[in-house]
Amino acid sequence: MDPGDPPSEGKQHDVSVVPADVVPGGVLAADEAAPEPAALGPRARLWPSLGAVYRAQLSRARVARIPLLFVATFQSVGIMILMRGVVDGGGEAQAVVAGSAVLVVAFVALNLLAQYFGQLRASGGLDHYATLPVPPAAVVLGAAGAYASFTVPGTVVTAVFGCVLFGLPLANLWILVAVIPLAGAALAGLGAALGLLAPRPELATLLGQLGMSAALLLGVLPPERMPEAVRLARDLLPSTYGVEAFARTFGAHPDWPRVLADLAVCGVVGGISLAVAAWAYRRAAVR
Amino acid sequence: MTRGACPGRPHGPGLWGFVLVWRDCGFGVPREPAGGRDPVGSSLVNTRAAQGFRHGGDVVCAVRGLTKTYPAVRGRRGSPATPEVRATDDVELDIRRGEIFGLLGPNGAGKSTLVRQLTGLMRPDRGSVGILGHDIVRHPERAARILAYLGQESSALDELTVSLAAETTGRLRGLDARRARAERDDVLDELGLAPIAGRPLKKLSGGQRRLACFAAALVGERPLLVLDEPTTGMDPVARRAVWSAVDRRRAERGTTVLLVTHNVIEAETVLDRVAVLDRGRVIACDSPAGLKERVAGEVRVDLVWREAAPLHVPEVAALRDRTVESGRRWTLRLAPEEARTVVATVTGGAAFAALDDFTLTTPSLEDVYLALGGAVRQGLVKA
Repeated sequence: MDPGDPPSEGKQHDVSVVPADVVPGGVLAADEAAPEPAALGPRARLWPSLGAVYRAQLSRARVARIPLLFVATFQSVGIMILMRGVVDGGGEAQAVVAGSAVLVVAFVALNLLAQYFGQLRASGGLDHYATLPVPPAAVVLGAAGAYASFTVPGTVVTAVFGCVLFGLPLANLWILVAVIPLAGAALAGLGAALGLLAPRPELATLLGQLGMSAALLLGVLPPERMPEAVRLARDLLPSTYGVEAFARTFGAHPDWPRVLADLAVCGVVGGISLAVAAWAYRRAAVR
Repeated sequence: MTRGACPGRPHGPGLWGFVLVWRDCGFGVPREPAGGRDPVGSSLVNTRAAQGFRHGGDVVCAVRGLTKTYPAVRGRRGSPATPEVRATDDVELDIRRGEIFGLLGPNGAGKSTLVRQLTGLMRPDRGSVGILGHDIVRHPERAARILAYLGQESSALDELTVSLAAETTGRLRGLDARRARAERDDVLDELGLAPIAGRPLKKLSGGQRRLACFAAALVGERPLLVLDEPTTGMDPVARRAVWSAVDRRRAERGTTVLLVTHNVIEAETVLDRVAVLDRGRVIACDSPAGLKERVAGEVRVDLVWREAAPLHVPEVAALRDRTVESGRRWTLRLAPEEARTVVATVTGGAAFAALDDFTLTTPSLEDVYLALGGAVRQGLVKA
């Protein structure tokens, strides 16, 4: 048909809408068999993608979170100054310093991470990661690790200040190298899980704050005078074991096996809490 | 075929004749307009004309019988009950390799829901989605390995710098560090983002942020790009960069693009084919020119009065109930013969003194949408 002439009514009746070459028997119709599935792009592997997320989250922290680290540190320092008037020394002082140092970790890794995941989930940011071939664990672990790492300067400053304030020995502060990652893992896992499971971002913020308050009250206050129920709650809090391990090292002759045992329990609790966080992420990201 | 003498034709020499050709020849006329290119779109990038690129013909994405219903929500104190909503209603689509396929429709038509089902983010109640031979409904995680998605939100990347956002997304697509950095540099240069590569997305303007997110979508090549309103808030320079980048990938690798938009002008210039959605259903699926032919019988006449419409003129008063009034502007959709009469009346008679401006336009995609029975008469954006 010459496309130039205006076709008349009569000619229109004979036109078929199917082009001749896809009619059965034509050349193109021979490819009717289902084509082979195309090659898929590579899947991102766990450790490289965890590293990428870690680096990205750490850079986010540098851009936006430094003031909050100051707040966390000042909060703990203020608590220690407050408690200085109440506590004289000995085991109670050790508990206060250890609890305040781990409180910095709780502020950032629990509170801020819960808020971040709550807000990310509410604003649809999880879709970005869901449409990338990255294992869900990498996103959660990378973010948790970055937030926990971010607490290191504040925690160290708090610990040193506390030792000076209460007259405790600085010699065993190297234990922080183990305490921060383990307590950080435990608290970050809990924070991520709270943020991802909370139905609304305001609830996520609230739960994060409650968690931090629990870490404050149950971690800083010496356990000897607590009622049984509260002591049970203290045992359930992931950071308690890290606090106790840290507190034990202030003694003149620290009981290293018990310190290691406490750190091991903290590590196990940390592992469980990160697994829960990964499960919560998968539940939140996929509908 | 006659060319009517039309006093004061304001737009384009061949427009009136173009309309008459359509009317005289009826439907089924070949796609090239007799009067030349559409005057509205000529200043924008027309990606279809660029290279002599043919569609491969094989189907990249096949959607059959896709249905998704949001359940009814019971009313509670403080929030009213919402009825059950059919967000996607038995949708069937075929997207061919190398084409830019559009989903057009007003807000609430179900475009984003459909896109979420295509990218594996949402599970449909019924139906199948096949992308390059992979069943996405059964294996939603495979969608991440075969397409790149640019969503409407950028909150996951917000506090990262532009270069880190692009590089991280590349690494999360499976590239190693060196390749991710190389591709990031290429993409940032291509889109002109190198000067602001070190600034966090939060500190950029809306259009720049969108361009940065688009850059992140490009790092790590994928055969299918799914873009949800990619050019929102962008200035014309950025838009041109976006479509040039898309074109380059189409020409070099046969990349296919699925585009969600409610910007009519962009849709008309950029898309190869468009599916018009209304309340979850595809009410039409064809090239923009093909769709416009379906409403070839109608022409839009816009009359702008100086102060008020001269209702003392009987012809004008008779038109009143058929127009859509907004302030001093009257919009009428008429058959060409009637439009000719109206224009003659308005420009030749007593009404001419009260007339400020008048416009005759061929149907746009918005007119197509409304004529095809678009239930919500809010229309589309002409940004």
